[in-house]
Amino acid sequence: MERKSVPFSLFIHACALLLAAVILAPLVWLFVMSISPAADLTAKPLRWWPQAVDFSRYGVLLSSIENSAGAAFVASLINSIVVAGMATIAALALAVPAAWAVSRTPAVGWSLYMVIATYMLPPVALAVPLYFGLSHLGLLNNVFGLALVYLTILAPFTTWLLKSGFDAIPREIEAAAMMDGAGLFATLRIITLPLAAPVMATSALFAFLLAWDEFFYALLFTSDLRAKTLTVAIADLAGGRVSDYGLIATAGVLAALPPVAIGLVMQRALISGLTSGGVKG
Amino acid sequence: MSGTSMTTRAWLLMLPLLAVMVAVIGWPLVDTVGLSFTDARLVGTAGNFVGIDNYVKTISGSNFLRSLSTTAQFAIISVFAEMVLGVLAALLLNQQFYGRTVLRGLMILPWALPTVVNATLWRLIYNPEYGALNAALTQIGLLDAYRSWLGEPATALASLIVADCWKNFPLVALIALAALQAVPRDITAASLVDGAGPFARFRFVILPYLAGPLMVALVLRTIEAFKVFDIIWVMTRGGPANSTRTLSILVYQEAFSFQRAGSGASLALIVTLLVAVLAAAYAALVRKTAGSNA
Repeated sequence: MERKSVPFSLFIHACALLLAAVILAPLVWLFVMSISPAADLTAKPLRWWPQAVDFSRYGVLLSSIENSAGAAFVASLINSIVVAGMATIAALALAVPAAWAVSRTPAVGWSLYMVIATYMLPPVALAVPLYFGLSHLGLLNNVFGLALVYLTILAPFTTWLLKSGFDAIPREIEAAAMMDGAGLFATLRIITLPLAAPVMATSALFAFLLAWDEFFYALLFTSDLRAKTLTVAIADLAGGRVSDYGLIATAGVLAALPPVAIGLVMQRALISGLTSGGVKG
Repeated sequence: MSGTSMTTRAWLLMLPLLAVMVAVIGWPLVDTVGLSFTDARLVGTAGNFVGIDNYVKTISGSNFLRSLSTTAQFAIISVFAEMVLGVLAALLLNQQFYGRTVLRGLMILPWALPTVVNATLWRLIYNPEYGALNAALTQIGLLDAYRSWLGEPATALASLIVADCWKNFPLVALIALAALQAVPRDITAASLVDGAGPFARFRFVILPYLAGPLMVALVLRTIEAFKVFDIIWVMTRGGPANSTRTLSILVYQEAFSFQRAGSGASLALIVTLLVAVLAAAYAALVRKTAGSNA
């Protein structure tokens, strides 16, 4: 262990405080805005802490009174959950067999690299034909249509993560099960998938976060409460029709809660997923 | 099982994924190529074949070059800042101090915050009349009068870059920290015995361990920054006076706001090509970095 001088230790602590402030200040301010009365947020000089803490906006946004701001918000919240959930399940259903096949049969690996390379494509390169296609199928402004489009992002990403997960499971275990007379699907079900459960869970969470975060396609392909997702609803709020900044902040806090909770709980797995997939290549 | 039948089985297992990828990526991409040679509108006419007119008009137009330069500025400055801040934060988080575990945990928060929420948050912070930035700077005496950070061409892009960096440098920091923790203690100790100063130690002992993971982060972040749409759309919509109109915003406007599907498609393909060139250049660089470490 190297010894550190007192001035050095003080310097490190000062830097740590600064970093903590940089990370936390915007987030704390988002929360403070959500609980400050509107008058406090437009006061000059600005009040940094509300005179009276006011949680009422959370009630407003989560109420389901017809035609209220709450009803629109709740509808978009449900749409986000439904679209992200469907897209995640579909992406895993496609990615698990494909990732396992590539992991065990390197000869077909080049097709995976083609799938992964689609990550480079800017969504704008696909947007116009997807718009025509969805419109043709009657799937514009529809949660199924949007979930289908989200597979363009989720499926390559989950296949990539899952492939490195399956790579880490020794083939010998599968071979041993097959020697004992288990068929391919029995082997996968009894041996491989349980061993891959952690990486499948991480991939699912990643996929869900990606879909939850998506904005561009949702902006293009949804237009009202039937399919509009949370990101579009918040961009609408921020776009200027609302004069109460606290309400916008409250919507932001609510939209951020699920991914932030997932991030905090899954931190270790998320980071190793991000780094291992990329480093192993 | 023989090699051929294993390959057949692998293809069968990949078939659903490949079929869906062809349907939602392959076909639209081919269709975009077709559209780019027509004057199709988003609504109404299917359009006539116009050859390479769209491409000629796009490349010779001033909008494209200006957007390209805006995009390059955004990507280069924000990714560079994210890398530098990320590595500095990682070096800090690798030191010993009280609350280290908590601070490491907090780093995930900006990354987890949805991009649109981040953009909305910073839009509120930059608000010209009631924003926290104006209030804070005037209250501590750094600013005489409130400014419209996102409303003036001189500050709009820089303000966007700050918001983007805040969200993304913590992820770089966490990736770099994971790499730092893989540096064997013996090596740093040995370099200390050998009398290496802090900078020499960073350059020759620590940096080689960081290079690989950082290159990956650099590639992914640059490609993402080059495709940037969400944060700009929510914060400025490409304004003021088109000073933050990046390529993706330009394509969106052309294809969807002005409904010129054909010319929007040609523009989108040019952007795709630029990203592909960038990615290929990086791939070569990554291979070189990996080779020199081996």
